[in-house]
Amino acid sequence: MRNLLLQGLLQSALTETPPAADDAALAELAKSVDRAARRRLGRSLSIREVDAGSCNGCELEIHALGNAFYDLERFGLRFVASPRHADVLMVTGPVTKNMRQALERTYAATPDPKWVVAVGDCAFDGGLFAGSYAVAGGVSAIVPVDLHIRGCPPNPTALLKGLLALLEKTA
Amino acid sequence: MTFVAALEDKGRHVAGHRPWPRIVVDTDTWRQAVLGIAAGQATLLGLWSDGEAVHLCLSGETSGKLLVISLPCPDKRFPSVAQTHPPALRLERTIRDLYGIEPEGCPDARRWLDHGRWGLRHPLGAAEAAEPAGDTYAFHTAEGPPLHQIPVGPVHAGIIEPGHFRFHANGETVVRLEERLGYVHKGIDHLMAGAPRDRAAKLAGRTSGDSTVAYALGFAQAVEAALDLAPSARAVWLRALMAELERLANHFGDIGAICNDASFSLMHAHCSILREHVLRVSETCFGHRLMMDRIVPGGVATDLSKDGIAAIRTLIRTARRRFPRLVELYDNTASLQNRTVTTGILKPDLARQYGAGGVIGRASGRSWDARKLPGYAPYTSMVFDIPRRDQGDVDARVWIRIEEVRQSLTLIDQILDRTPEGSILTEAGAASRGKGEGLALVEGFRGDILVWVRLNANGTIARCHLRDPSWLQWPLLEAAIEGNIVADFPICNKSFNCSYSGHDL
Ligand code: SF4
Repeated sequence: MRNLLLQGLLQSALTETPPAADDAALAELAKSVDRAARRRLGRSLSIREVDAGSCNGCELEIHALGNAFYDLERFGLRFVASPRHADVLMVTGPVTKNMRQALERTYAATPDPKWVVAVGDCAFDGGLFAGSYAVAGGVSAIVPVDLHIRGCPPNPTALLKGLLALLEKTA
Repeated sequence: MTFVAALEDKGRHVAGHRPWPRIVVDTDTWRQAVLGIAAGQATLLGLWSDGEAVHLCLSGETSGKLLVISLPCPDKRFPSVAQTHPPALRLERTIRDLYGIEPEGCPDARRWLDHGRWGLRHPLGAAEAAEPAGDTYAFHTAEGPPLHQIPVGPVHAGIIEPGHFRFHANGETVVRLEERLGYVHKGIDHLMAGAPRDRAAKLAGRTSGDSTVAYALGFAQAVEAALDLAPSARAVWLRALMAELERLANHFGDIGAICNDASFSLMHAHCSILREHVLRVSETCFGHRLMMDRIVPGGVATDLSKDGIAAIRTLIRTARRRFPRLVELYDNTASLQNRTVTTGILKPDLARQYGAGGVIGRASGRSWDARKLPGYAPYTSMVFDIPRRDQGDVDARVWIRIEEVRQSLTLIDQILDRTPEGSILTEAGAASRGKGEGLALVEGFRGDILVWVRLNANGTIARCHLRDPSWLQWPLLEAAIEGNIVADFPICNKSFNCSYSGHDL
């Protein structure tokens, strides 16, 4: 273990320069984020992830945000275990009818001010699963969405761009 | 004569079902098959319906020969399998939910995937409208003065899929765990029916995103079998390359995540780096980090370039240099082993009864791997070992993953050396159109995925059933956690790493 730790100190860091905030995301957010909220939160956001019906592909890439290359926490963004501690709900998947109530409750449990980020093509409009008897639709069919990050799944860079735009607008 | 071979003579063979036979049987033969499975003479691989009949796929444990037996259900009923062979329980509750076909004598009357929220009952059978008010679910109980219940989910604390776990605990000790799943049911069977082949391939690849390569491979093989179409020779090797890259990425991720659940984050950090390397190389080679939609019926959609080969060789070298140090770290950290050794033991007998595949089966004494048995190209001509352990604890499941990483690295070496030149796609010609049925069993990182398709005369999908390995693994988690402390549930659960989406369909 000592060797591994030592190597970690001697090697140059793997963490990469962040991408620029996404322009389209900035434009979408301009409508929803107010100044008062920005003052209150400072440059830090707590995110609660909710899988509302995803195939798990989106979760894998959200997970990757935490690895040494992307290192999400350096931006003051962190994932929290409870919606009560969250400023942002990050929702994936087409919202299945079996998850609809759980999503509504999670949204209700998140204190104001709060933002919803819908991640993935499924979260946008149900994606490939739209029209099924078991699917309620995209995330915005159930709760108001402030930012969509498209992709199937969006890669970590795309996720980071969207989140940085959110940070720019809120902080 | 083996049990499966003898059974095969007892039904009417269905023409155009490939590569293994499907026979239509009467109720007596159905019962005999179930008794044979319950007695351990064959393994249950799947149980599903198409609305008209119920189909049961079984295999001989040593012959690797698969057989589908079909029982027509004109009266919307069939003799319960679960009443004799419990591993079929959730599969047959699902048939009841989706098709309204009653497994007579089924020991569990509760709905499974249907939570009473779809606005209809039996969506794939004679659908009837129903108030989407939500059903209450009567969890099994455990009684006694000191016992208390702990409900967890469907929304969990981590970045993971949703499901509900109901614990009955005596202080810290788990007396009973019961799972309730189905939250991410998207109606994939329904979306498949009537879908054009390219859309269906995409759906199959999104049944469980972490296994997108394995699902796409299984779907492609099943469609090719139905069409009697041979995929391009080069593609067969490139598919195996993608499958092994997917296995590497997932095993790296899981080894790290299991250690992370013991709060040993150093291992997690290093394994995540290796995983990220694999995903980046996958993108360089095939244009998508998870390699979604890269395997299609007939071949593959993206060719591997010289640059791609070089990137993979570098990845293999890096992994061979770094991974052994992490293995050593795991092996030499007593505090970590203290959490994994003897935790969450799955007994070999149960693994055998459930026909548990993948890491879970192989850590509990089963040598079952679909790449070897029944086996498929190109694995049949490659040299590799199937690791096996008998302890059945979290530690054994970590070691199986470690050994499988090593095997995947040697497999990738062989693939790079032996992949032939040539086209990457065989088009389905006019001659191969027409009705047909195909079956495939492929080894994903979690275990064997069973895919069955029936094609319409115009080449679209009539029915497609995808059976995730988790169907036969989730129930075993309930058994493995018994007697452990509640605080060890996350590490046990992670060491199983069953799929929610793949199971919920
Ligand atoms: S957007 Fe793609 S990766 Fe994300 S949940 Fe949907 S199908 Fe899966």
